[in-house]
Amino acid sequence: MIGESLLTPAQEQANSLVLGLFLLTAFGMTVARQVQATLLAFVAQSLLLACSSLVLGLHPLSVHLLALTAVTLAGKVLLIPWLLRRIVPDAVYSRRELSQPVNITTSLLIAMALAIAAYFFSVALLAPGTPVLSAGNVSIGFAGLLVGWYQVAVRNEALPQLLGILAMENSAFLAGIAMAPDFPLIAELAIAFDVPLLALIVGLLTRALQERVGSTDVGALIRLREGGEP
Amino acid sequence: MRTAIVLNLLQVAFVMGLAPLFAGILSRFKEIVQSKRGPSIFQPYRDLAKLFAKDETVSDQATWIFRFAPYLAFAVPIVVTTLIPVLTSFPLFFAFVGDMLAAGFILALGGFFSVLAAVDTGNPYGAMGASRTRMVSFLAEPVLVMVLFAVAFVADSTIPYIVQQRWVTPPASLFAPSHVLILIAFVMLILAEAGRLPVDNPTGHFELAMIDESKSLEYSGRGFLLIKWAGWMRMLVLCIVFLNVLVAPWGLAPDASLGHVAAAVPLVALKVIVFLAVLAAIECSATKLRLFRITEFLTAAFVISVTAMITRAFSL
Repeated sequence: MIGESLLTPAQEQANSLVLGLFLLTAFGMTVARQVQATLLAFVAQSLLLACSSLVLGLHPLSVHLLALTAVTLAGKVLLIPWLLRRIVPDAVYSRRELSQPVNITTSLLIAMALAIAAYFFSVALLAPGTPVLSAGNVSIGFAGLLVGWYQVAVRNEALPQLLGILAMENSAFLAGIAMAPDFPLIAELAIAFDVPLLALIVGLLTRALQERVGSTDVGALIRLREGGEP
Repeated sequence: MRTAIVLNLLQVAFVMGLAPLFAGILSRFKEIVQSKRGPSIFQPYRDLAKLFAKDETVSDQATWIFRFAPYLAFAVPIVVTTLIPVLTSFPLFFAFVGDMLAAGFILALGGFFSVLAAVDTGNPYGAMGASRTRMVSFLAEPVLVMVLFAVAFVADSTIPYIVQQRWVTPPASLFAPSHVLILIAFVMLILAEAGRLPVDNPTGHFELAMIDESKSLEYSGRGFLLIKWAGWMRMLVLCIVFLNVLVAPWGLAPDASLGHVAAAVPLVALKVIVFLAVLAAIECSATKLRLFRITEFLTAAFVISVTAMITRAFSL
């Protein structure tokens, strides 16, 4: 698809294993009932993103990709989960989302259909002659993007919705590092500061929801109340 | 050709003779994890000896199916044993009679007849367990088919000996993503098909919660012996397909010399024991799923096997 590859076979092997597991964590995040499990799947996914950028950055040595690995590890694997665990009360994490608009089995099958659809989209993206470091990253990244989007749509709880947005961001990065490996570092740093802030703000909102309403079920917030007791 | 037949018989003897031992070892592993003092690992053999000496009682409502099913259930894993590489890495006498798809459906035939037999006696628990078993196995079927399709896609064949040669033996393909995903899906399939813990509790004796066990409730004496032994052999055959074809085709005899084959016996047994330890770890850390969540478990396995196909199609 992309002519001769810049990567060594060992790199491609390692990268493709990471990609397979990445897609699996995307499915896992979409269907995990417990908020804690969703968070763990997100941490695993971020770790896999870091692995992919490390593997791609090693051989034609790319400072950008190695820096991105470090930023991902610090930001998404350590800082964001730590922030979310600190801010949001423990009660939210042990909660199980029992009523989802679409049941888990159907969700899994829809997510799978989206992943297959993403493959056909990415074939169009990867027109012959497009300079891409690793075609798999683009396909799987695109699949992860659609699955994350589906997660945002289907989950009721506030935190899994946030994690869905972050998963979309992870997937966009996964595709991005293969399409534009020499992206200016400043953009990556900007995003690295931006995303924890997003997590912080949504985390605080979730905490407020939990304290005021006793529930973080966003799906139940359908009426606007003004004044009076909540 | 005579040596091929002798080796085939040796494989059958291996599966028949050691299946109870492996069942004993698995329950011993679980007892160790749960800090229990269980019976010896040779207890299954004593159970078989005891059952062999007992009388058999058959309900007067039962038809020929009830009497016939244990023999069929016992024969099925033996037939499958002749199709798969148990001790040797070169094809034996029956290697090209059936592929992995055939092996899967032959195993399903045994399951089908034991379900019929469970319904046959009119015991309400039998019919209940039978319908549950059908539910589990009809959900497991697409997973099996997808796994085999993915295997066929990669190895250009579904004959287990060829798959083993083409796909698993080069070490680089051991960590290929489609391979790793197929392994995960296949372990989930083994758990479901053999009635192990997240799906079914093999040691449970509460009729209302039984899935696999309830099919043999009405059996006694030799019929029960055959059903029990068949269950252990079925489990061992699934493990051997997993280990010798998909994960670790090492330690098998490369040629027909008796020394190599004799050396393969402890090596294969060792691999199975290591896998049983993993299985015990899974079983001790999982709780039994509620009946309607089994659907989710097997859908997850299905999605994983389709993901394996996708990652293959992405030519990763």
